[in-house]
Amino acid sequence: MSRATLGWIVLGWIGYAVLPWYGFDRAVAPTLSEFVIGRSGLVLGLKGAWWLLPILLPLLMLLRPALRPDGALLARWLTGAGILGLLLILIQGFSIGLNGWTLDGLKAFFGEPGPRQAGMGYGAALTAASFLILLCHGLAARGWCRGDTFVTSSIGVVVALIIVFVFFPVSTILASAFGDDRGNFAPSLFIAKFTDRSIWGLDCLTGDLRCGVAWNTLFLGILVAFGTTALGLAFALIATRTTFRFKKLLRVMSVLPIITPPFVIGLALILLFGRSGALSAILYEWFGIPRSRWIYGLPGVFISQLLAFTPIAFLVLIGVVQGISPTLEEASQTLRAKSWTTFVTVTLPLMRPGLANAFLLGFVESLADFGNPLVLGGNYEVLSTKIFFAVVGAQQDQGRAAVLSIILLGFTLGAFWLQHAWLGKKVYTTVTGKGDAGIPLPLPRRVALASYLTAIPWALFTIVIYAIILVGGFVRSMGRDYTPTLDHFLTAFRVERAEWGLYFSGSAWNSFFATVKVAALSAPLTAAIGLLTAYLLTRQRFSGQRAFEFGTLLSFAIPGTVVGVSYILAFNVPPIEITGTGFILVMCFVFRNMPVGVRSGIATLSQIDKSLDEASLTLGARSFTTMRRIVLPLLRPAIVASLVYSFVRAMTAVSAVIFLVTAEYNMATTYIVGRVEAGEFGLAIAYSTVLIVVMLLAIVAIQFAVGERRLGRRSATASTAPLAVQATP
Amino acid sequence: MTLKKNFFVTTMLASAATAVSFLSAGAAQAQGALVMYCGVQEEWCRAMTTAFERETGIKVSMTRKSSGEIYAQVKAEAANPRADIWWGGTGDPHMQAAEENLTVDYKSPKLAELQDWAVRQWEQSKNKTVGIYSGALGFGYNTELIKSKGIEPKCWADLLDPKLKDEVQVADPNSSGTSYTLLATIIQLMGEDKGFEYLKALHKNINQYTKSGAAPAKAMALGETTVGIAFMHDIVTMVVDKAPVKVVAPCEGTGYEIGSMSIIKGAKNMDSAKKFYDWALTPDAQKLGAEAKSYQVPSNKNTPVPPQAPKLSEIKLINFDFAKYGSSDERKRLLSKWDNEVKNLPK
Repeated sequence: MSRATLGWIVLGWIGYAVLPWYGFDRAVAPTLSEFVIGRSGLVLGLKGAWWLLPILLPLLMLLRPALRPDGALLARWLTGAGILGLLLILIQGFSIGLNGWTLDGLKAFFGEPGPRQAGMGYGAALTAASFLILLCHGLAARGWCRGDTFVTSSIGVVVALIIVFVFFPVSTILASAFGDDRGNFAPSLFIAKFTDRSIWGLDCLTGDLRCGVAWNTLFLGILVAFGTTALGLAFALIATRTTFRFKKLLRVMSVLPIITPPFVIGLALILLFGRSGALSAILYEWFGIPRSRWIYGLPGVFISQLLAFTPIAFLVLIGVVQGISPTLEEASQTLRAKSWTTFVTVTLPLMRPGLANAFLLGFVESLADFGNPLVLGGNYEVLSTKIFFAVVGAQQDQGRAAVLSIILLGFTLGAFWLQHAWLGKKVYTTVTGKGDAGIPLPLPRRVALASYLTAIPWALFTIVIYAIILVGGFVRSMGRDYTPTLDHFLTAFRVERAEWGLYFSGSAWNSFFATVKVAALSAPLTAAIGLLTAYLLTRQRFSGQRAFEFGTLLSFAIPGTVVGVSYILAFNVPPIEITGTGFILVMCFVFRNMPVGVRSGIATLSQIDKSLDEASLTLGARSFTTMRRIVLPLLRPAIVASLVYSFVRAMTAVSAVIFLVTAEYNMATTYIVGRVEAGEFGLAIAYSTVLIVVMLLAIVAIQFAVGERRLGRRSATASTAPLAVQATP
Repeated sequence: MTLKKNFFVTTMLASAATAVSFLSAGAAQAQGALVMYCGVQEEWCRAMTTAFERETGIKVSMTRKSSGEIYAQVKAEAANPRADIWWGGTGDPHMQAAEENLTVDYKSPKLAELQDWAVRQWEQSKNKTVGIYSGALGFGYNTELIKSKGIEPKCWADLLDPKLKDEVQVADPNSSGTSYTLLATIIQLMGEDKGFEYLKALHKNINQYTKSGAAPAKAMALGETTVGIAFMHDIVTMVVDKAPVKVVAPCEGTGYEIGSMSIIKGAKNMDSAKKFYDWALTPDAQKLGAEAKSYQVPSNKNTPVPPQAPKLSEIKLINFDFAKYGSSDERKRLLSKWDNEVKNLPK
């Protein structure tokens, strides 16, 4: 038996017999004796919480392999104890709630109200984790995954986390799609809601009526996915394959939108293109083009989503473009193919995983986007805003929200399936251990031209948008009164010097600190879990892999509002009672943003030849060591991408957290939404500017900490000048 | 080498720190604490919080959200309530919560000092929610843009003028309580059939059904629309902000909202909640609204009405039937009727 197994057995006992089993009443700080042993599961169990005592049995079972380590039945004891332990914890957790029995059957049988218990605490969490890991160790010992405990444990942990933080809350809310207002089962109501004409109507094709919201969403999603993939590709090609002089600037420009809080791009577009916007005024005065409201509706949402999501496509594609080995292209040219032919028949097909992933992300992001349609949607309705207002609007119909979420989920999963079908089983490996010339071929002229023609105007447009945002924070009232002022910043971020030190009296500090803390904690967790999952998906073969992959995408596909409400429904009551804490915010972000880590990890990993890992394994390294020393260094672009993305997302997400924030953990975005609602655009923009600066600094720091990937002599970035901000290698 | 170490060390540290710093943090439950969900503007919420803390020494944890969001959250948290008091925000969700038994009944000693409409709200909700302020529905127009149209709307009927085609903005009643108030007002003014005829005619002049109720007021101030229908106090805020906007109280009469306050059922700090409830009905507390640039009409008779506030006495108010139009069945019926008969019409 390995030392790790023994260690986990000890931890399991510590969780049960030493640490407090339940969470604490938050206002009452525990004394040391309460914290150690005094309120452990064992002690409470002996004092009357009899439902905790059966857990002793699997823990005792674990002692047998611990005492006679070389027994042949080791695997069986570990698996048995693991399964039994997890089951017991689950059963007692879900059947006994805050107010007694949770199931009507139990109430009827044992009488009401029955025993009560609070949410689980450190002890319960540790014991459950130990049962889970030991179960995985047991399975490995029985020969699963070639007996590799690291792999089985990783799979076990990721699956358990996804079940707890994705499937459990999501199924709670989706169940409400099949119920009426009072929680009774009503499938006919579901069908009525599902087939509603406001969802599926096709009236816009035949007359000037409106089409159903589902078609709107789908149409917008496909447009945005095409647009972002094309723009992202143009930027990626310019950044890696040309000698363009302002590459760094281009990169900064392409990354800015991703770090912009929601609403701000929408506001800037209104201030630019709205009926009284700056550009509309110029067009009217110079060319006599009448002012109109064209920006409200599909065009506005499309432009703002392009601005917002092109960077994601860029982040995915640049890793892929950069990873393409010049060898194949050189071979093609040696065989006398023209550079255009080479590009179309060699380079482009090799980018397929990247293109497919970028497309998928663009599509899914557009579907889940909430801020832009809210500000610019006009009468063009999409599912995400519909869902939000089904929950909070005048109808207050949670069942309807659930039905709409199911449709949204269906679209996302359809896209996921299509992507798989398109990629097929082809091989895209280009990073191998073999040497190559290392210098990528220049782009064929028309591709270069096309890239320049799309990327440069777009970059200029982005500059204009950001100029407006920058100015907006420093003038009294954008669009009406351009007197320069620092008032907005002072209101939000005033710092006073009191006798006892600095006093942060600005109204935004509170939410600012909470946001930075939550973002900084969730980013590394997201990257770690995301990349681990990507590694398991591409490098390991196990049954249920597709289901596993699907599970990781699920939380991304579900709109933030639904996630927010479902987290409250699921985590406000025992056994897992974490609402009102910062922990729930961190978990929400980790599992919402993890798919980006997974996607970019998969895109990068599918390029790296397995023979590299195999060489390492053949030389005797364990898979953990292989991952650490071979895979991770090659994954740097993906690490940066997922760290940056999750940090940024945690700072800019709105709809998911709007239900999860509390007075103590208020988030910057909910504060900004409040400002926008109150019409204080100046303050909102000023706060957003500060957030943008913070995120830029964080990106530089991440870049600096992770470092660049070096592949042979292929240079990732032409120069090593550290001043430019690169969200990518 | 440094990379992966950094990476793993960071990850480990982060996980540890997350676990330690968060599991024990959260809402306050000690004596002398109060968790408040606040449904009005941030400044006002803050002013109320600090004033109450100063007055009583009770520590207030305040979260500001829109009233629809608060309702959704209170409902989701019903099994294990986090909040003690829900202060402010339009009356409908409060009524809804009362109907669904999410809030508790309470009779404040200050009840006698309140205006009739505030007490009526309390009676209609079976003592579960009380009016704290009210604001009339109206519309406004951008004084610069209206010049080219050659019309000065004064009544609801004026908004049907073809000169205002594509120039009127109002929220979608499905998403905004403000706009639902408009729907109910028009029906009570004109009767259901005539009312829907009016809304259909108005549809031709609507350029956008916004999501949020106050959005038309902002769009008007920015010049994005000429006419905006909203609560008058929201439009007044724009006027005070020196936007070229004029407020109109429609000549036919108009409906109003009653901003309300309820105590959450199962509140963990019931005593503090009641203390706050009583205090929030005093003139001293209600004065804070105007100081925070919110110009609703306060519910205590002794509170000075802010000079900028639209005078309820000068506005023709209809006898708004909150019980009927606040009930969820009637609301669902009217909203789906509006969806089918008005919203989907061609322009």
